[in-house]
Amino acid sequence: MTPDLGKYAVSVLSSYGVSIALIVVLVAWSVMRARRVRSALERIETRVRRNG
Amino acid sequence: MASVWEYANPVKFIRTTDRVMPWLWAGSAICLVVGLVWGFFFTPDDFRQGSTVKIIYLHVPSALMAINAWLMMLVASLIWIVRRHHVSALAARAAAPVGAVMTVIALATGAFWGQPIWGTWWVWDPRLTSFLILFLFYLGYIALWSAIEDDDSAADLTSILCLVGSVFALLSRYAVNFWNQGLHQGASLSLDKEENVADVFYFPLLVCIAGFVLLFIALVFLRTQTEIRARRTRVLLARERQG
Repeated sequence: MTPDLGKYAVSVLSSYGVSIALIVVLVAWSVMRARRVRSALERIETRVRRNG
Repeated sequence: MASVWEYANPVKFIRTTDRVMPWLWAGSAICLVVGLVWGFFFTPDDFRQGSTVKIIYLHVPSALMAINAWLMMLVASLIWIVRRHHVSALAARAAAPVGAVMTVIALATGAFWGQPIWGTWWVWDPRLTSFLILFLFYLGYIALWSAIEDDDSAADLTSILCLVGSVFALLSRYAVNFWNQGLHQGASLSLDKEENVADVFYFPLLVCIAGFVLLFIALVFLRTQTEIRARRTRVLLARERQG
């Protein structure tokens, strides 16, 4: 199942490792920031409505 | 028929993108998993480049998205300059970090590929150099947005920077054609079948490209929603401070 990468194993695996890690970090960062900003806005909108 | 300018309304934009985003996330995940597993496990080695050819499934899609993200920012910036729609300026802002990460992936995978094949991690080849400059433009663009407090002024200045940077986005695409020198090969994908990579690499590569495109769109939609909400938060806080 696992391909024999031969003498290029380090190059190929490093490429996949770095790329997948960067994509995961980018998606996680975007999702976490989206949640944080959304809840901050809801808090402020609730306060604004309460204070008229 | 609905006009595309309806989506310049932030509420309409958020409502519509909320509906399509689950499909985009699912589509990108499926395409990326299928394309990368297919490419990594089920394609043969290249007769010249050995197993390093497997890097193509990350290098080509990320390089493609690095350039196209900037071109998308260019279109959004032009819409801002001409029509003053905030959503388009915020979409350009939202796309920049995604494009920057795509550029880093393209540069990193290129270095990992170049080391065993060219015998060097880096060379001041026209395409590599223009790609590095494109990355610096991404950093400058992101920094400029953060450095200016007034959103409209930031959008104006970053739009101009985006217009200037577009020269390098196009150069990084066509550098190989403009200057017939350097180590980097020509385009891997072409309408001319003779110039294309072999079919056994081509089809998983297309699936990976589809995955990267869908991921980019999903991320830009999510991050644009975030920028719209962040802008609304700043406006409300400013109103509160004024009493």
